[in-house]
Amino acid sequence: MSKTLFDKVWDSHVVRKIEGGPDVLFIDRHLIHEVTSPVAFLGLKNRGIKVLYPERTFATADHNTPTINQHLPVADPLSANQLKALEENANNYGIRHWGLGHQKNGIVHVIGPENGITQPGATIVCGDSHTSTHGAFGAIAFGIGTSEVEMVLASQCIMQPKPKKMRINVTGSLNKGVTPKDVALFIISQLTTSGATGYFVEYAGEVFEKMSMEGRMTVCNLSIEMGARGGMIAPDQTTFEYIKDREFTPKGEAWDKAMAYWKTLKTDSDAVFDKEFTFDGSSIEPMITYGTNPGMGIGISNHIPNASEIEGGVATYEKSLGYMGFHEGESMIGKKVDYVFVGSCTNGRIEDFRAFTSLVKGKKKAEDVTVWLVPGSHIVEEQIKKEGLLDVLTEAGFTLRQPGCSACLAMNDDKVPAGKYAVSTSNRNFEGRQGPGARTMLASPLVAAAAAVTGVVTDPRTLI
Amino acid sequence: MAYDKFNILTSTAVPLPIENVDTDQIIPARFLKATKREGFGDNLFRDWRYNSDNTPKSDFVLNNPVYGGKILVGGKNFGSGSSREHAAWAVYDYGFRCVVSSFFADIFKNNCLNIGVLPVQVSPEFLEKIFSAVFADPQTQLEVNLPEQSITLLSTGERESFDISPYKKDNLSNGFDDIDYLQNIKGEIQTFASTLPF
Repeated sequence: MSKTLFDKVWDSHVVRKIEGGPDVLFIDRHLIHEVTSPVAFLGLKNRGIKVLYPERTFATADHNTPTINQHLPVADPLSANQLKALEENANNYGIRHWGLGHQKNGIVHVIGPENGITQPGATIVCGDSHTSTHGAFGAIAFGIGTSEVEMVLASQCIMQPKPKKMRINVTGSLNKGVTPKDVALFIISQLTTSGATGYFVEYAGEVFEKMSMEGRMTVCNLSIEMGARGGMIAPDQTTFEYIKDREFTPKGEAWDKAMAYWKTLKTDSDAVFDKEFTFDGSSIEPMITYGTNPGMGIGISNHIPNASEIEGGVATYEKSLGYMGFHEGESMIGKKVDYVFVGSCTNGRIEDFRAFTSLVKGKKKAEDVTVWLVPGSHIVEEQIKKEGLLDVLTEAGFTLRQPGCSACLAMNDDKVPAGKYAVSTSNRNFEGRQGPGARTMLASPLVAAAAAVTGVVTDPRTLI
Repeated sequence: MAYDKFNILTSTAVPLPIENVDTDQIIPARFLKATKREGFGDNLFRDWRYNSDNTPKSDFVLNNPVYGGKILVGGKNFGSGSSREHAAWAVYDYGFRCVVSSFFADIFKNNCLNIGVLPVQVSPEFLEKIFSAVFADPQTQLEVNLPEQSITLLSTGERESFDISPYKKDNLSNGFDDIDYLQNIKGEIQTFASTLPF
């Protein structure tokens, strides 16, 4: 029978099918961080259970870490306690731990691919909804809750009903100034924030075939923002070149064997999807969000829609615009920006900093904008320095912070103040996401750069 | 973690007719710093429920004494966003045992089922009926019957059935969780693992 890429990977990991229930799915790689794991370890302790395969779990500290002075003790006692708990749990159960200050430390979805932990055909989970990032490699990767983190630690399995399948094709090529982030925000704006709930998505078509691995990660990362459990892209030469010779990828004969298998990971030509969408890549322009969910995005030159043009309740729409301080029919161009945040598991990789730097080169940071540039990992941070990007950024009036999730979810001190406007390359513009009362506009690193040098929402195509 | 068994729940309901209620609203990230599963109910809907000086916002439904009960009724696409199980814990810890909506986000729904909160998906029409009935009379009782998989507006007798997998239904009815099941098939898992290429 014909199978999709998703079927092939899922079916090869089913330990047991339960009649009238979920599949018992084997998990190859498990990533954990300090926020969603402590209660899972507590559960193991209370039940007197050991971790079944500690070598399949990788721990990093990211959500709750400071992005300056990481060499000093963490000031917030609750945060410090969570970081300590992660370290102790990792040590007690024999789990590899890349804590604060470790050279491989960074955001969980940045370090997985960077170190070759993420591989085609694997099943990967983490107590974080943006685990979908790893699908860029042709892996099945999705976020789980803490009860499920405990399950994976205890049994290397979770219980999941098999989701339905969706394919999203983006054909043609992208115009100048249009990035993978814009492609993702465009798709979400078309499907809405719940349009892919219950589905696992495969992204296909020329635009993704031509996209870099980091771009593919940005797209798959945002799958959850339209409700999809995950998104994936068939592995190809771009994938294999990216993963070759990374620390945890197979070497020598094992590599050849793996490659032979990985090359079979494609959707069969006559395989059927439950739902399919096709978009024209050349119709996408730089995107920006105007509301309080990632589905509320428009092309940067467009106007904020009227409630009547929007699917869903008028009251919810008005509440959202009210929170943002925006009105129907307004243009986004020219809106005041107080903060710019570049970073997160969505756009905190080296290509994102290259894009940001390319636009600000030779210009100056706008005076009344606070800009937080937060690399996704120490490896990204080192690369920024090595490539000379930091010199360009410094010359333009910017500083670089240390790696972590930072203002994406504002668990640490990187909070946008109430009422202030932020252009962010992260993934959620929910009320209060970047700090209580903060107003977030999601966009690409290029749109962020344009805002950083002008102090207002600006079409980056006018500056490149 | 053990939780109360779920059978038939008869209760008044708290109406929250907002769509796309995300988990950052249910429990903001800054309250995720605990290493134990305690006290999350205090911060349920924190920023909708309290002003920045911690005084209650009088116009938010949880601060309105006329509404109460063990059932939370939310708008379409309830629980979108982050995978934080803390959102489900906050709902449970506050005292809710059931969330009703016309559509749930996947991870939140799973998290609820894993900790003993029953997510009940009803039609948009029935959801509107519940909102209208509860707003008209906050003492309106709802009956959520897990064995029969039905939800009934007791004032009018209007009723709808809901879906749940037989496996999850059995778990909720008995207070079991998945780890009990997985521990019992450990041998099978280990045999499976030994055949994998990774």
